Amino acid sequence: MSLMQELNDKALRLGVPLSAHLDLTYRCNERCEHCYLDHDDHGEMTTAEIKDLLRQFADAGVFFLTLSGGEPLIRRDCFEIIEDARSLGFNVKLKTNAMLIREKEALRLRALGVEQVQISVYSDRPEVHDAITKVPGSLERTVKAIRFLRSQGLRVTMANVLMRSNRGDTEGVHDLAGKLGAHYTLDPTITPMMDGNTSVLRLRVDASEISSYFHNPSLVGDVESFCAPPAAVDAQVLEGLPCSAGHTSCYVSPYGDVYPCVQFPLTCGNVRQQKFLEIWRDSPQLAEVRSIRLKDLTTCSSCTHAGSCTRCPGLAYMEGNMRGPSTADCEKSFVRTGITTAGMLARKGSPTLMPGLVQINPTPPLTV
Amino acid sequence: MSEKYISRSKSVAARTLGGEMMIMSAKDSTLFSLSEVATLIWEAADGHTPLSEIVERRICAEFDVRSDVAYRDAEQLVEELATRGILSISSRPVPDAQGPAVEAP
Repeated sequence: MSLMQELNDKALRLGVPLSAHLDLTYRCNERCEHCYLDHDDHGEMTTAEIKDLLRQFADAGVFFLTLSGGEPLIRRDCFEIIEDARSLGFNVKLKTNAMLIREKEALRLRALGVEQVQISVYSDRPEVHDAITKVPGSLERTVKAIRFLRSQGLRVTMANVLMRSNRGDTEGVHDLAGKLGAHYTLDPTITPMMDGNTSVLRLRVDASEISSYFHNPSLVGDVESFCAPPAAVDAQVLEGLPCSAGHTSCYVSPYGDVYPCVQFPLTCGNVRQQKFLEIWRDSPQLAEVRSIRLKDLTTCSSCTHAGSCTRCPGLAYMEGNMRGPSTADCEKSFVRTGITTAGMLARKGSPTLMPGLVQINPTPPLTV
Repeated sequence: MSEKYISRSKSVAARTLGGEMMIMSAKDSTLFSLSEVATLIWEAADGHTPLSEIVERRICAEFDVRSDVAYRDAEQLVEELATRGILSISSRPVPDAQGPAVEAP
């Protein structure tokens, strides 16, 4: 067992939120066509509130801290927040479009000991990338920023979200990452918008197309292993946890709302109204999430993919049932292996794929 | 014997989990778990307390060990931690040494 697995197991045993994802803002300087966020400011946490939250995170045992947005660097206090986080001993990962990173900012991130910078790159062709971000020149600025970051020795991951509009460019982005000395990840997940609007889902590539990516060794490594039929599901697998969300990881929005994960819009409390640790320990919503084992999943517990599926409980929740299947993950399991999932069989005859999507709404402020 | 001063690297993350100090290097994302003795030394690595004093006050006071043996082992340990980029060693006090906080949650 690796030290990281041991660390995760220990955090799970002790009930420690080992990882936290904090969005500093939903505002952004790009307008990506697939983005699920509302970019207006509805009352973001102040610098002081965020610094207080970071202390609460540290006291609770959070070690891995992801700072994201929106575009986090759009906040003038972003570096002050990163500096504070680093002084509290967090391992900091920054998710950004890098549009605001020049040499000076790259130097500062290096000096602050940021462990990793994840940057969205949709294509190696400006006409495709810039059309997705709706900002002319954005690819050029982002690539320049990656060069600055790499020249400082910072670890950069280029995150390539797969959509209809950039489906021909994965190899190009992969090669660009190689040239820049960056890691490459491909993500075919498009999430419904925060207000429940599902129109962005039209941007998803068809399941049949995802298959070609899943069978590309330069993207997935060992294809035979990646696409192997699922292993037999035994009692031990069924006693397992569906995901780390709410168990050892959590998400906090710019407005202080606490969720099990950025992709799991089940409001568990708000740090403006309660201490983070009280929410983490006592929230009935988190207790419910934590009570679920694979054997409790209504459809997935009888699925042959149960032990190997990347089922996201948040996406399942957005479809109306946190114990139900997630359509996108059913599709991934199917195209990976060619074996039908229990969720697909259950949905046969269903008029819509994603009925009754749940919405994320900021908790209204307390009135005194 | 020339004195040694040790300071925590500014490029690592650190957190105590269930009494165990976990360290992750930002340089290569390697995760380390420190032993009890290594944790005591790491916590005391403020850049201005001599290693000999750290050994005397933190190690010899805590464990039944001769100070010359403890110092030799501590020297070896800090050399190893320095090789891994977790600590830096100086022959003079380091005035602005900070590194990550070490308070246990």
